[in-house]
Amino acid sequence: MIKVAIAGNPNSGKTTIFNRITGTRQKVGNWPGVTVEKKEAIVRHCSTHGEEDICIIDLPGTYSLTPYSIEEKIARTYIVKEKPDVVIDVLDTSNLERNLYLATQVVEIGIPLILALNMTDIAQSKGMIIDEGILAAGMGAPIVFTVGTTGKGVSSLLDKAVEVAKGKAPRSRHIHVPYGMELENAISEIEKSIEGDPNFNDQYHARWIALKLLEGDEDVKDIVTREFSGAKAILEQTDTSRTHIKKIMGDDPEIIAAEFRYGFINGLLKECLKIKTKGRIDLSQKIDLALTNKIIGIPIFIFFIWAMFGLTFSLGAYPMGWIGLSIDWIGNIISAFMADGMLKSLIVNGIIGGVGSVAIFLPNIMILFFCIALFEDTGYMARAAFLMDKGMHTLGLHGKAFIPMIMGFGCNVPAIMATRVLESDRDRKLSILINPFMSCSARLPIYILLAGTFFAQHAGMVVFSIYVLGIVMAVVIGQIFNKTILRGRSAPFVMELPPYRAPTLQGLIIHMWERSKQFLKKMGGIILIGSIVVWALSTLPKDAPLHETYLGKIGSIIEPVMEPLGLDWKGSVALLAGITAKEIVVSTMGVIYATEDEHRLGTALQSSGMTPLKAYVFMVFALLYIPCIATFATMKTEMNSLRWALFGSTYSLLLAWVMSFIIYNCGRALGFG
Amino acid sequence: MKRLSELMEGETATISRLEGPVRFRQRLLEMGFIRGVDIYVEKYAPLNDPIEVIIKDYHVSLRVEEAEKIIVR
Repeated sequence: MIKVAIAGNPNSGKTTIFNRITGTRQKVGNWPGVTVEKKEAIVRHCSTHGEEDICIIDLPGTYSLTPYSIEEKIARTYIVKEKPDVVIDVLDTSNLERNLYLATQVVEIGIPLILALNMTDIAQSKGMIIDEGILAAGMGAPIVFTVGTTGKGVSSLLDKAVEVAKGKAPRSRHIHVPYGMELENAISEIEKSIEGDPNFNDQYHARWIALKLLEGDEDVKDIVTREFSGAKAILEQTDTSRTHIKKIMGDDPEIIAAEFRYGFINGLLKECLKIKTKGRIDLSQKIDLALTNKIIGIPIFIFFIWAMFGLTFSLGAYPMGWIGLSIDWIGNIISAFMADGMLKSLIVNGIIGGVGSVAIFLPNIMILFFCIALFEDTGYMARAAFLMDKGMHTLGLHGKAFIPMIMGFGCNVPAIMATRVLESDRDRKLSILINPFMSCSARLPIYILLAGTFFAQHAGMVVFSIYVLGIVMAVVIGQIFNKTILRGRSAPFVMELPPYRAPTLQGLIIHMWERSKQFLKKMGGIILIGSIVVWALSTLPKDAPLHETYLGKIGSIIEPVMEPLGLDWKGSVALLAGITAKEIVVSTMGVIYATEDEHRLGTALQSSGMTPLKAYVFMVFALLYIPCIATFATMKTEMNSLRWALFGSTYSLLLAWVMSFIIYNCGRALGFG
Repeated sequence: MKRLSELMEGETATISRLEGPVRFRQRLLEMGFIRGVDIYVEKYAPLNDPIEVIIKDYHVSLRVEEAEKIIVR
């Protein structure tokens, strides 16, 4: 099987090409240990060289291969360690100069390269004429012209990949980017020491290692230290050269090398690129006159968010209802055909009831992800980040983090999945950890019940204050994490605002479906198990009244912990059950106070000794404490770490307790009951 | 000599030097912020941060604190 890796700048149309090649055969997961999406697929390709299975990996989009960001590390480690047979570098032809920068770095690693000159239609409309022969010779790599959006050239791209992988393509010469006398001298000296090392083999290009050492590349330093017996001498030699170059050239070698690369590209483009016409109309610029306008830019953005929200929850309500009805119907059928007993209760109340309460969110999630894919594929997401960056920056987050935060008010599950729009691992972790403080719609029934019962006319203000408290907590905790556990170096903001592009339907559907599929998988896993556990706790021992079930007993055990907050075992049990899904808090209260009617439930609560202060504390606790199982499961998959998910739940539980304690005691000190 | 952050909307200048940590400068270089290249200030965001510039015929946004590190003439 041939291994092909696709590299390229963000917005170069890399993913569109990958989608064209693979269709729906993609396997989407994470790269090991990080939250960056990994996409791969195996396709069968017929060409003049016969039938061939090709394994295609979509590397993260990067501007370079300096291992600074996680994406770059992943892309480079993959190319260096896995040694794909061919790397296809997808270039945005209309922005050739910057796109070739990455290509020069792939060439240097010494892996066979194909340049896919993509978006040639746009380049043509810009009046660009490219001399293919000169460019191919100059880069030492064959060239294929493609238009990802129409699929043009994609098949010949695969033909070429097979040809190159099988060594049937005319051998391209391995080119060297010239780095000028000072750097070249240093490179060749270090190169000699590397080649002279007894442990050196042809796994790496000596010139590449030497260059990277000179550029102060930490990852390559590690490779040398690990693998070469003369590592110490080589590294000392490198340090001397670096100091020498800094003194003579007045700057760090990595900066000088970058300038030489651009010099090389510039020289090459002078020979092979002609631009016939200039001064075309930049449509994107015109669109941005409105969309990132000083006055109406933000209102338009808010409108889009509102529309996305509206679609997700109002349009989604119809299929949500149908799914709800079918779940009830399945439950009823099973009820009718099974004899009463534990098994029936397990299936109907535990499995169908539990998983069903989450399954009904599927339509919302699909619509939401369709909208997000639309934002991403058109290029609007970058504008949203541009508009909101100032605000989010104070939180230590990137402008793009705004959308997931807003989505949290609907449901934290899709909101946390939406953090995928963030490129940096640290930014994602931070926004995932504070997302549950955005009070989701499932918590609203709790507020409506309690505020309505205990605060009558002021209910609206009280509920609003809970939402505000959530936002304040997110800001405060965000600041704290930003300065402590997630300090890290935040990547420079420098972000491309790509031209607006019409998305392809195929792309939108693939993006929507891939994400929704993971939601489905989760329902079959952790949510199923969670539902069964809670069902067992609330039903066993058999035929016991609620306060004598295991759940009730746990409630009594934790009662002393909840007492300082003014909460009794009943409240504790309701909150405990709410971990499955926050909607369950109210329904559990219904069971405990033995009434289904919400109005009578209010009266029952009042006569049980709950006061307005206690009700408020209950709401605060419900706002902040452990996220529901579905959110927990999403946190675990999205952060790719059980420990981080556990941390997220634990700290929010502690915060809930502390905040409730403060509010309860301050309230009592101020004389509120 | 000016800083990019001192330019007004609609002004053009030429990059003459980058300041700041090596890692940051290298990132800018990779994105095409090379000595001698023209840079045009397209607009400031509604809250006056970040800035949108056009360089080498493509649009980039960067924060004001980052634009301060780009010396232009």
